[in-house]
Amino acid sequence: MKQDFPIFKTYPDLIYLDSSATSQKPQMVINAVYNFYSKNNSNIHRGIYDLSQSATDMFETIRIKVSKFINAKDAKEIIFTSGATEAINIVANGWGKKNLVKNDFIILSEMDHHSNIVPWIRLKKEIGVELFFLPIGEDFKLDYKKINSRFLGKDLKKIKLVSLTHASNVLGTINPLEEIIQFFKNINPEIKILIDAAQTVPHIPVDIQKLDCDFLVFSSHKMLGPSGVGVLYARKELLENMEPFIVGSHMIKNVTKEDAVWADIPDKFEAGTRNLEGVIGLGAAIGYLQKVGFEKIQTLEKELIVYALDMFEKQKDITLFGSKKSENRLGVFSFAVGKVHSHDVSEILNRSHIAVRAGHHCAQPLMEVLKVSGIVRASIYLYNTKEDIDRLFEGIHEVKKIFKG
Amino acid sequence: MDPLYREIILEHWQNPQNAGVLENADIDITETNPLCGDEIRLTIKIKNEKINSILFSGVGCAISQASASLFIEEIKGESLDFVKLKNEKDVLKLLGIELTPARMKCALLIFKTLQIGFTKLQ
Repeated sequence: MKQDFPIFKTYPDLIYLDSSATSQKPQMVINAVYNFYSKNNSNIHRGIYDLSQSATDMFETIRIKVSKFINAKDAKEIIFTSGATEAINIVANGWGKKNLVKNDFIILSEMDHHSNIVPWIRLKKEIGVELFFLPIGEDFKLDYKKINSRFLGKDLKKIKLVSLTHASNVLGTINPLEEIIQFFKNINPEIKILIDAAQTVPHIPVDIQKLDCDFLVFSSHKMLGPSGVGVLYARKELLENMEPFIVGSHMIKNVTKEDAVWADIPDKFEAGTRNLEGVIGLGAAIGYLQKVGFEKIQTLEKELIVYALDMFEKQKDITLFGSKKSENRLGVFSFAVGKVHSHDVSEILNRSHIAVRAGHHCAQPLMEVLKVSGIVRASIYLYNTKEDIDRLFEGIHEVKKIFKG
Repeated sequence: MDPLYREIILEHWQNPQNAGVLENADIDITETNPLCGDEIRLTIKIKNEKINSILFSGVGCAISQASASLFIEEIKGESLDFVKLKNEKDVLKLLGIELTPARMKCALLIFKTLQIGFTKLQ
């Protein structure tokens, strides 16, 4: 698969193990962006001329492609954003502020990314909603049933939203969403569910209708597409009643000096000119993923996960923060080498052209739970090989040698 | 010998000098490097315009910890006037290594913390 990704031609020695942060891009995606600029560039929804019409058609075709990709019922339920973070902000501001009041509860988890924590903290500051973090239990799994001991009787009715990550970007744990969503809908069918699928959409098939969630967000750049593009899926009836977060051009039906009337969905949420080439690139990324097929991607990654877990098992002085079982987990391996600081590990790995992430991984509350200030994370994707994992452990050996671990 | 993780750096990382927190300090300042989350708390007691006692605590990489340890050894017991003349180059000289811009921030966290501490004193 590596031959499809030009970065590995540019740097043949590169061992890229930071795909949870951002993925590399296949030639197909790069070509799509290049071709859009060379052959189709013009603003969409504006011109009567042919070029603008064809750009508009391309853009809207990708909206349909995305809706089919996640099995949404209607392409109008797909909003193009700048990424998963902006998508969550749109929900917090457009739905949260309108529908939540003081002392309403939002359920999050200890394994959520800052992008699914900070917008809700702001809402807490602004309108006084309360947050509850589902704790991490045995084998780094979410202990969501803990909610029963925290919320009793009428208190349960105050839960209005459950906003959860599909998988932890640090632990690799894939949450059993169907089970969790059912659990909360049983408490109260009116509870809304938001899923941050930024970590999972690149690796496993995500089906909106099967999940039965109300909102779902993800980012293009983690799934082989360009950065600066993401998707907000929301049920049509929710979108229709939500306030737009950003207002301006394109998202209106009519503007006078006194007033403005919002456009219908999805336009209402897409003020200004979107990242057109980015959306086109996202379309190509979906095309690439479908061409390879999730079945193959999962088989490939599973093999690497089993291989890497086995290697971790054999290491002394290495703490792995995540399940040692290969089921229901992503190829995300966060670890510590003795008491060596994550940046020192990363620095030494970099000498062998091994790219890993070091630090708090935009999950500081989780770092608090794990009682660490920062850890090293190696994350894999479809272009990685067993040789990459071998090189990682050679690098770790070097770290131990230098720090006499 | 490793060009970055010199023996002296590893020694100070392994056994940091002047580690801890002083009670009733004249300067008590905590600074972080937001890029990596490294944190240093510096407590200083001043007597007769001199740094009478000084301790640091915190979390960080080998570079930031060794740099703090080495720099504190350098300024302990010295007069405030002397310490205020110290600059970034003096800190880097103690480490004696070439640093990339990202790691430069690690090495200079102790210096930055001290500077902010001095402004709080006045």
